[in-house]
Amino acid sequence: MSLQHNITEKLSKFAPEYLTVENESHMHSGPANRETHFRVVMVSDSFEGLNRVKRHQNIYALFEKEFSDGLHALSLHLYAPAEWQGEAPESPSCAGKH
Amino acid sequence: MSDTLENIKQQIAENDILLYMKGNPNQPMCGFSARAVQALMSCGERFAYVDILEHQDIRAELPKFANWPTFPQLWVKGELVGGCDIITDMFEKGELQPLVSEATKA
Repeated sequence: MSLQHNITEKLSKFAPEYLTVENESHMHSGPANRETHFRVVMVSDSFEGLNRVKRHQNIYALFEKEFSDGLHALSLHLYAPAEWQGEAPESPSCAGKH
Repeated sequence: MSDTLENIKQQIAENDILLYMKGNPNQPMCGFSARAVQALMSCGERFAYVDILEHQDIRAELPKFANWPTFPQLWVKGELVGGCDIITDMFEKGELQPLVSEATKA
């Protein structure tokens, strides 16, 4: 199972109103077809009442194994339904090899 | 407690505005660190930084302590503010500047 699929599946358990998981690994150095950098946009009731850090920590906690296995970046744009305005910021382009 | 963890706690306690990043503010080595440092510099306050590429022990230990797997990480007044996504979001909403300027007072 691809990492992209795995991330999507784990996040789907939150029953998000909106979810995109994009593989942005091609924007960074490394071999072809790798799965190291992802960008997630997610709208879910579960973020209601949580501050930004806590929302991120809740999601990161699901992927401890993936991070130790080589997942490098998981850019998270997390919204409660009332905050969602239909778009999230783009990721920066790469500035190095790290 | 390991020396590294001791070191991290001391850095966080002693620096009101502290950015853990890849590279340094003049030469960030990662797009996420570059964007974070740019937002922070726009706020016009002095801040401390640690280049985690030069300190692999901190790079390994801080994620566990912070409950945060990636870099950059911005710490203000001993609390984790967030990584690139949060720093950028706060900057764009005008929330970052008051936070850091408040942190430099007293």
